[in-house]
Amino acid sequence: MEYSMIPEIGHFALILALGVSIIQGVLPLIGAQQGRREWLVLARPATQISFVLLAISFAILAWCFYVNDFSVLYVAEHSNSQLPTVYRLGAVWGGHEGSLLLWIFLLTGWAFAVAQLSKTLDEFMVARVLGVLGLVATGLLLFVLATSNPFERLLPAAQDGRSLNPLLQDPGLVFHPPMLYMGYVGFSVAFAFAIASLLSGKLDAAWARWSRPWTTTAWIFLTLGIALGSWWAYYELGWGGWWFWDPVENASFMPWLIGTALLHSLAVTEKRGGFKNWTVLLAIIAFSMSLLGTFLVRSGVLTSVHAFATDPRRGIFILILLSLVVGSSLFLYALRAPKSTLGGAFSLMSRETLILLGNVFLVVAAGSVLLGTLYPLLIDALNLGKISVGPPYFNAVFVPIMVPVLFLLAIGPWANWKSTNLNALLKRLWLAAVVAVVAAILIPRMMGEFTILTALGFLLSFWIIASGVLQIIRQFKVGKPTRSFIGMQLGHIGIAVFVIGVTMVGAYQEEKDVRMAPGDTVSVGGYQIRLVEVRPAQGPNYQATRGTFELGRHGKTEEVLYPEKRNYDSSTMPMTEAAIDAGLTRDIYVSLGEPLEGNAWAVRVYYKPFVDWIWGGCLLMALGGLFAVMDKRYRLRLKK
Amino acid sequence: MKPRHKRALMIVGALATLAIAAVLILNALNSNIALYVTPSEVAAGKAPKGQTFRIGGMVKDGSLKRDELVVHFIITDLVKEIPVSYKGILPDLFKEGKGAVVQGKLDPDGQFVASEVLAKHDENYMPPEAKHALEQAQKNGAK
Repeated sequence: MEYSMIPEIGHFALILALGVSIIQGVLPLIGAQQGRREWLVLARPATQISFVLLAISFAILAWCFYVNDFSVLYVAEHSNSQLPTVYRLGAVWGGHEGSLLLWIFLLTGWAFAVAQLSKTLDEFMVARVLGVLGLVATGLLLFVLATSNPFERLLPAAQDGRSLNPLLQDPGLVFHPPMLYMGYVGFSVAFAFAIASLLSGKLDAAWARWSRPWTTTAWIFLTLGIALGSWWAYYELGWGGWWFWDPVENASFMPWLIGTALLHSLAVTEKRGGFKNWTVLLAIIAFSMSLLGTFLVRSGVLTSVHAFATDPRRGIFILILLSLVVGSSLFLYALRAPKSTLGGAFSLMSRETLILLGNVFLVVAAGSVLLGTLYPLLIDALNLGKISVGPPYFNAVFVPIMVPVLFLLAIGPWANWKSTNLNALLKRLWLAAVVAVVAAILIPRMMGEFTILTALGFLLSFWIIASGVLQIIRQFKVGKPTRSFIGMQLGHIGIAVFVIGVTMVGAYQEEKDVRMAPGDTVSVGGYQIRLVEVRPAQGPNYQATRGTFELGRHGKTEEVLYPEKRNYDSSTMPMTEAAIDAGLTRDIYVSLGEPLEGNAWAVRVYYKPFVDWIWGGCLLMALGGLFAVMDKRYRLRLKK
Repeated sequence: MKPRHKRALMIVGALATLAIAAVLILNALNSNIALYVTPSEVAAGKAPKGQTFRIGGMVKDGSLKRDELVVHFIITDLVKEIPVSYKGILPDLFKEGKGAVVQGKLDPDGQFVASEVLAKHDENYMPPEAKHALEQAQKNGAK
């Protein structure tokens, strides 16, 4: 049997990329410190070459999946010849090695984008930013080559692969990890800008203006990635929930919280030259959180949906990498940060103060999530026993911390920089307050039960929406609003839409596990669901048992739902495929449990009011970010 | 207001926020931690009384019985066995002879009433807590 040499080319490209990254990470940084131009100018070409090498390597791994090259261990473990082509490509990042390769590929992609779009930026700054990114890439490439080589051969080759976990055979998998990683990795750019500014001692408004669109772009991807993951868990895992405070969800949520704080802090640094130290620190923390997330997910220290069976060396390697990055950047911060000043003075009632308060709450929230996530690990490491910290902890801590953030969020955009008049503020906001109070009283009464928590949810979300709408109206009277302004309003209204969804689902959802035989009817949320029949069905690479349910209201059938229980040919694990009738004001969710005696089935039926608003809100936030990035002031600079 | 006062006020504000957060966190941690206990520890009466906790172990072969929506099974570390009851639909990966983690409380008869059953999302993956229980039992058994 002959084996193709192509995987070796992929491996070789990775080794070359390591060499190039070392050059990219070392020479430009030294060149910038010592003023050696000939070393400095290496940054761009080195970045471009390492991107091309990673692209080749990644394409080759994808090719191996495409042609079913089972002489590559990673392919044999995560794919088989029966797997549909689109999932074979998704499987490239369906396991540990491939997902790390994706991580590095995206990292070099971001670095490449910085290299291409920074023609007007100071040469020294570019060299330093690309140099820092090169160092990060070096660390990760070492990690992949030493412990997680995706091109490792399996000789003799396997007859067929072991297949991808059936859970992952879903369009969600094709998009969720790349989106999330784009966000995670994107914070490396903000981090690199922060480190570069510390190295140069130039922490000015221009630096913030450069760093801002990059940070916002990463934040958009992270927002979409988290939302996709949440949506995927909702319809694919068959649990019907949208957030579980799973440690891995937390791992992606912490960088998001810090990233959100960073976005706002950067605004102050850009507009007012303030909060410089704080902004730099946030940039360092945001990327550290991304690395920590990678460590938590990939090291296998956590019990989670995302944990792969692992090799302890990997965990230790990432831990060392993490401590190096965090340690050295905090050390640099301690050395350099005090030299920069606080920036323009501002009074207690000003936009700066409001943003600062919001920032503090966001960071505290991230800290509380971090504590809940790491606490079990800490207790275990100290040999004090094994514990788990469940969703009640996170709800009890996180929700109260977020209440003031949501309250301030509606006021912030009205306040002026430097100083603002409290009376003028109240005069503009009274109408929003009235709308919010009316909504908080009326909506719970319309939906059913009134509780303080639901009233609070509607109070805050309508407070934000009403304030946003009032401000948009005012802005249009004055003149055409900037894209930044539209972006901010969309982002804030997105949060409100999200809060409405969360409040509605939390308070008014109905979940029923029932026994149903053909002909039986169950009702939820004013709908009747009738089981018509359960019969076998055949899929491309699985056998299924398919239920037919009629969904109706007032005696009329509106929709027919087909939930399935699947058995994939290559796996012994059954898969529940829920059927969802989605709508603007509610989802109806039906899934098959197990067969019971007498031709009956255990059936799970959910009524989820306004659940799609949760992801709709995230989409609005991402759209807001997009508007902010497209603001003219960034584009003009790029054109010059 | 003088800058010095302003800064002092801000520091006080930040500290107050942190203090409130700390109180919330400690309070929540105290009441929302579920301890992992092995079947042998439960049998030895070491399980927390009247509190929610988790048991990790294997689902005993042939122990799974259905009574309409209520399922009964035995979770074991191969030394001691604990009967478990659970009302609802089991996760896809729940199987006899495989690892599982259950969360709930002991009732007076020594039966564990589970409010949650966790099985992990890879057929070749053993929850570390289940593995831990088996290893502990083996170690103690060998002594």
